[in-house]
Amino acid sequence: MNITSAQYKKNLEDENHSIIATIDGVEWGVPLSVGNRHYDEILRQVEAGTLTIQDAD
Amino acid sequence: MTSKARELAQIPSTPSGRRNIVINGAMNVAQRGTSFTGLGNGDTGYQVDRFRFVESGSPTYEFTVSQSTTVPSGSGFSNSVKFDCTTADTAMAAGDTLKFEQWIEAQNLQHLAYGSSSAKSLTLSFWVRSNKTGNYVVWFYQDDDARQITKTYSISSADTWEFKTLTIPGDTTGVIDNNNARGLLLSWGLASGTTYTSGTQPTAWESATNANRYAGLNVNLADSTSNEWYITGVQLEVGTVATEFEHRSFGEELALCQRYYHTTDHLAGSSRAHAAYILGVYTTTRGFFGIDVPVAMRATPSISMEGAINLREPDLTTDGTLSSVSYYSNLNNTKFVIDATFSTSTANTFRSVSISTDGAFLFDAEL
Repeated sequence: MNITSAQYKKNLEDENHSIIATIDGVEWGVPLSVGNRHYDEILRQVEAGTLTIQDAD
Repeated sequence: MTSKARELAQIPSTPSGRRNIVINGAMNVAQRGTSFTGLGNGDTGYQVDRFRFVESGSPTYEFTVSQSTTVPSGSGFSNSVKFDCTTADTAMAAGDTLKFEQWIEAQNLQHLAYGSSSAKSLTLSFWVRSNKTGNYVVWFYQDDDARQITKTYSISSADTWEFKTLTIPGDTTGVIDNNNARGLLLSWGLASGTTYTSGTQPTAWESATNANRYAGLNVNLADSTSNEWYITGVQLEVGTVATEFEHRSFGEELALCQRYYHTTDHLAGSSRAHAAYILGVYTTTRGFFGIDVPVAMRATPSISMEGAINLREPDLTTDGTLSSVSYYSNLNNTKFVIDATFSTSTANTFRSVSISTDGAFLFDAEL
């Protein structure tokens, strides 16, 4: 899974609630939900030090 | 013989009713599209529903993977999947692989009683065809306990459909957890470097080791642009006998697929809807709307969009164009609130979401 960007998005309570990520060339809104394959892979790559999730705008 | 005994004697040894554990084994459902070109390094992903092209390492090959109408004559199938090599890789590096796979959800495998003395045998059957004769390997991998077993099949006649049947014993050691995560992987090895072939083929379930994974595979499907490989009629069932393929209706198979992936455009080429959804414009560039999906999804999905999707006033005047969508909340994985970003619209109003002819919302809860 080739993830070239990842940035948190906040909900109306100003909490991070999803990640906007470009995965294999497609932008996905990824829930912060273990079991979602995109989120699991983002966490794996962050843990491996190969991906950084940018703060929300 | 009593009538009851006679009745029992007539029951076949293999289960009746729903038999095929594999989804979309006839390759009929293709929500994402029917042809994917240039698949190679970094392109692991899904094509026809539930099945995916998988690479590892840094291969230099490229393939077109498509839904094909080339099928075994008289078999009752309408579609197959075709791997067509478009860029050859004659010397696979040690860690490079080429595979075709389907993950099966763990809670759908509890009847196998894995991890107990009652663990059931499984039989995998499928039709396959290739110009490339030789020995191929199917890797069965149980994710929860990292267990594996493999089976070899041979393609003996070039460019000829052959029916293959592979039976594996039940695993009395490894337990498949009862959840919605990955349970069992079916992986057709089509090419592999020595990292995954240098060991010994496991004839019984064992703890997974890379070297044994595709041991026995002596084909490199990527070594020539003349190479192609077709498969259809994939069936995995309890028991030691391959029964006739369980043909399910398109609607039933589509619903099974939609647990893992859904697009609002599952019939490519059909006309799209104006005012399909109503969006509340929260700020001039952000709003929310709801989408119901036809089947409860396996897990909270990732959400995307493609094509042009506009916001419109009741008279269809465009008032904003969507640029991004993400998951916001959901109800039982069947109704999702979408958080949308768009070019300037009118705050504190409602706008219809108008999907153009190339537009769709995508929901991914694949394993």
